[in-house]
Amino acid sequence: MTKTIRLALLASTLLGSAAWAQDVTLTIESWRNDDLAIWQEKIIPAFEAANPGIKINFAPSAPPEYNAVLNSKLDAGSAGDLITCRPFDASLELFKKGKLADLSDLAAMANFSDVAKSAWQTDDGTQTFCVPMASVIHGFIYNKTAFEELGLTPPKTEAEFFALLDKIKEDGTYIPMAMGTADQWEAATMGYQNIGPTYWKGEEGRKALIEGTQKLTDEPWVAPFRQLAKWKDYLGDGFEAQTYPDSQNLFTLGRAAIYPAGSWEIGVFGPQIGGAFEMGAFPPPVPAEGDTCYISDHTDIALGMNAATKHPEEARKFLEWVGSSEFASLYANALPGFFSLNSAPVEMEDPLAKEFVGWRETCEPTIRSTYQILSRGTPNLENETWTASANVITGAETPEAAAERLQQGLASWYAPQQQ
Amino acid sequence: MAQRKAFRWHIAVFLAPAVLVYTAIMIVPLFGTLNLSLFNTGEGGRVFVGLRNFATLFGDPRWSASFWNALGNNAWFFLVHMLVQNPVGVALAALLSSPRLRGAAFYRTAIFIPTILSFVIVGFVWKLILSPIWGIAPGMLDAVGLKSLFAPWLGREGTALTTLALISVWQFVGIPMMLIYAALLSIPDEVIEAAEMDGVTGWSQFWKIKLPLILPSIGIISILTFVGNFNAFDLIYVTQGALAGPNFSTDILGTFLYRTFFGFQLQIGDPHMGATIATAMFGIILLGVSFYLFAIQRRLRRYQF
Repeated sequence: MTKTIRLALLASTLLGSAAWAQDVTLTIESWRNDDLAIWQEKIIPAFEAANPGIKINFAPSAPPEYNAVLNSKLDAGSAGDLITCRPFDASLELFKKGKLADLSDLAAMANFSDVAKSAWQTDDGTQTFCVPMASVIHGFIYNKTAFEELGLTPPKTEAEFFALLDKIKEDGTYIPMAMGTADQWEAATMGYQNIGPTYWKGEEGRKALIEGTQKLTDEPWVAPFRQLAKWKDYLGDGFEAQTYPDSQNLFTLGRAAIYPAGSWEIGVFGPQIGGAFEMGAFPPPVPAEGDTCYISDHTDIALGMNAATKHPEEARKFLEWVGSSEFASLYANALPGFFSLNSAPVEMEDPLAKEFVGWRETCEPTIRSTYQILSRGTPNLENETWTASANVITGAETPEAAAERLQQGLASWYAPQQQ
Repeated sequence: MAQRKAFRWHIAVFLAPAVLVYTAIMIVPLFGTLNLSLFNTGEGGRVFVGLRNFATLFGDPRWSASFWNALGNNAWFFLVHMLVQNPVGVALAALLSSPRLRGAAFYRTAIFIPTILSFVIVGFVWKLILSPIWGIAPGMLDAVGLKSLFAPWLGREGTALTTLALISVWQFVGIPMMLIYAALLSIPDEVIEAAEMDGVTGWSQFWKIKLPLILPSIGIISILTFVGNFNAFDLIYVTQGALAGPNFSTDILGTFLYRTFFGFQLQIGDPHMGATIATAMFGIILLGVSFYLFAIQRRLRRYQF
């Protein structure tokens, strides 16, 4: 695969240097190998039709290897012209090393809010190096058919949420909630980061933690762990050895009623369920009726330019297009669950995706608390949160002890938390 | 004056290929790793820090806690192999070498096959077998009325490591079995016949005649197990992931090294600390092997027939 790409690139450079005008091929590095078909069938043809003379080649690698593969390709000078950007430090590091070009002056940047761009900016926010593409939203997906069968309605408050879980458990037909602790990240990402913003008040708490005015041992940060500790009773038998794909299958096979989710599941679940039951979604429940709800609307994916590209003009042209509303609606509809970060509103077709994105109107959005700055040192707060969340659910650690451990780890290297 | 012996070129020529290849792919990287552990990234790139990385690894409470946890788990992993894999291997070999056993070739092959399977296959197959949701283990226990014995073993802190060690034993029991089997077959018939003449048969024949004769093989197997276990990584990585859950209860030196060296998720890799851990692993294995060579190997009696 890469060999043919390399040959193609070589061929195109050789031919390109010849006297006659030749198409320029831009290669995109990405970890979204699930999206290969969508890029080849929908996105690339739309761009190529409007921009004759530029060819796009989407060349993804496997998600867990992406960072390592990309780094070595960039070091070796064999990376593609366009680089799909991970949020925050992974990309910031590349920008600081001069591997990613500064894109602050791109006209399309005006189409994005500061929050949308924050994941791909220098700490002071003066330089932006990737064009934001999409975010993912956390919430709970539920089996609508099962809810109707049992006469249940989606909960709004914490109390309603647990009453609902109790009812499902009592009935016994369905596993109340599909989640396992074997992979650990499920517990942290779909658990802690999903329900947490409600307690730490979204951006307010996240920023306070970065400034050092709040600690992880403060009530807003321990409360989500207390909630997670209560989840244990509602997970399936043997949840300790249940992996992420197990949880997905339990839900899509209709054996579990609720799935703590990220919106990226929408595109996966739809075809798997194949109409066997209907899905609905509700945002993380609030502590008391009338409280403001907060959602994790996590900036997840963006596109940047390899600083060493041979075709900067064409690459910038493509990036301008990625920043346009045309791309936004194309992408958001091709990949329901990946929501456009473009300020221009996008009309979505998928009802479930619409439901998720609708929470942007009623709830306050924030991003995952551990991603910006706080995972720069060792021990890494994000990775520690995985273990802590899984431990709290299995009961290996109390919420207070887990929070205490996280705080100690963070304070061991992060100066603002040391006072 | 005696004439100086001509330099024996053919020795150098015949040694050269092996020496060159071994140096290029083993010795150089080994010293590269040792060298890397003496540096760290400071202001303006790589700086020499002497043994400070080791001071961090053993002195910093977090690093040392992770290290000792990994070493302890690794020791337990090794102990399970020594207590289960090798005795079972010897027992199987003894059974296979019994002349009255029918279908010995079949058993030999069947027991050896897991050894040639990839870790990835073994890891996934066992993960599926033991899965509380789809696995056949709960169903099989249920069929014999022992469902209550089933637990999500791979997901519990107390049982995960032992379960993985036993999976690894299942995979590799064929190796000690084959080596011992070969050793047993090489015992001359005269020795056995002489023992029978003296009235040493059955179990006492095994303990008094055969076991002493296969002890050198058991020694080799132990040292192979030791080196293999302290370099282990694949099985844990495949079944539990790089975080070696639950709660690091299955974290061994290999996974600890991997996480540190290559980084994981948001954690950026740290080649210098990684090399430090690799050096510590090298030291541990070197100590173990030297202990075996000097303290045990020399005292083993060998018998010439």
